[in-house]
Amino acid sequence: MTALIDPINSFARKVPAWAVYVLLSLPIPYFFYLAATGGLGFEPINSLEREMGQVALQLIIVGLLVTPARRFLGLNLLKFRRAIGVMAFVYVVVHLGIWVVLDMSLRFEQMWGDIWKRPYITVGMVAFMMMIPLAVTSNNLSVRKMGAASWRKLHKLTYIAAVLGAAHFIMIQKVWEREPLIYLAVILGALALRYIPKQKATGVDLRG
Amino acid sequence: MAHRWKNTLTSADVTPKSIWMNRRSVLAGLAGAGALSSVGGMATAQDALTPNTLEEIRSYNNFYEFGTGKGDPSANAGAMDTSGWEVTIDGLVDNPGTYALNDLIGDMTVEERIYRFRCVEAWSMVVPWNGFELADLLNKVGVQSGATHVAFETAVMPEVMIGVQRRVMDFPYVEGLRLDEAMHPLTLMATGIYDEPLANQNGAPMRLVVPWKYGFKSIKSIVRITLTDEQPPTSWSTINPREYGFYSNVNPQVDHPRWSQASERVIGGGLFAARKDTLMFNGYPEVASLYEGLDLAANY
Repeated sequence: MTALIDPINSFARKVPAWAVYVLLSLPIPYFFYLAATGGLGFEPINSLEREMGQVALQLIIVGLLVTPARRFLGLNLLKFRRAIGVMAFVYVVVHLGIWVVLDMSLRFEQMWGDIWKRPYITVGMVAFMMMIPLAVTSNNLSVRKMGAASWRKLHKLTYIAAVLGAAHFIMIQKVWEREPLIYLAVILGALALRYIPKQKATGVDLRG
Repeated sequence: MAHRWKNTLTSADVTPKSIWMNRRSVLAGLAGAGALSSVGGMATAQDALTPNTLEEIRSYNNFYEFGTGKGDPSANAGAMDTSGWEVTIDGLVDNPGTYALNDLIGDMTVEERIYRFRCVEAWSMVVPWNGFELADLLNKVGVQSGATHVAFETAVMPEVMIGVQRRVMDFPYVEGLRLDEAMHPLTLMATGIYDEPLANQNGAPMRLVVPWKYGFKSIKSIVRITLTDEQPPTSWSTINPREYGFYSNVNPQVDHPRWSQASERVIGGGLFAARKDTLMFNGYPEVASLYEGLDLAANY
């Protein structure tokens, strides 16, 4: 395993975190281009909306896997975690923006009703609001000001937002679909890995 | 008796807006307070209907037997063999039996009907159907006096239906209408679109079209029609009775727990097409008389 992990770790050390922001931003204009040119079918708004939401959820999952990957595989991607989390938030904002502007055509009255009356929208909106303080405090200054302990505590909101995000995905389906259930299972698995007691005390708490 | 309903929807053909608005306000009153406030911003039935392209109609479908994605039916339905199709007619009819499709409908007068098609998921299309009135078929098989409802059933072919293999819901898919709804001249049995035979994903070789109801009522690939004296079970209302009722009339004032039905997006408008207001009975006010005295909020 280390034969595989070590080269990745040494490569990761050379890659600057900003490269992850750039790389993860590229799909956004690409999918908008596809949607505008017929590449997402005859109902591009819905496809685009779902695509952005799904990428957001995927990034949340990747972000949640950073810690267990380090603990169980020795894979150290911690320096990219902030970029992954912030980009997950960016995708959520794009997803929400598509809903507000393209899908609902700025019908604010109808949207306001939907936020309260449609459980899947309520759940999605709560998850979004939980991510706002996380995005706002994703900088070194906030970590210093808040102190590492309370910053970490705040960022455990990610766990709840992830579960709500998966629930939002499940609830939008009319029948029980496999794919969203797999997302939820992976999220619950990533969370469960954090609570496996350590075999030997290492003296360092790697959980974040 | 075909051609009872005029197809060309111009301003001359529809009920004048003032009359329809008045009727609508009665219904709105039934539906609950506050509903009237939305009347001002409503679109009109006079909007000229531009049919969707055949490619759009064949590419964006719900047909859960072939998968739950919108593109799944067009990708998977081709494997269904519709040659040798048989339809069973049973229940309270004079001429029950299992008929070869052509024996059953070969003598029907096929005409074109350009209808709005409104999905409960709040999207819509305009489809130029070819078909005949269900009333003509029911009259042919002879409805007995005790019958009050018509039940329909879709084919189940597990070997070619991926959704049936995955058991995404209970099959066969079943639907139903009240007899007066079934006999209404708007109610169509479609066998084609744009003068071409129905594509499998559109419900070949024969499907129901009830334009004032949400699309899932318009059951596809029919193999059984049963006349009964009670309201038959229908698939979606069995799965989720809170979300889907037996009637499922298009009604912008009756809120669905999952989707607001106040507005809809027209398929094919592209990325920047605005939503449009959904019309009462999907813009077919002539069916309102079927539901006089019925609380449409309770009977959704």
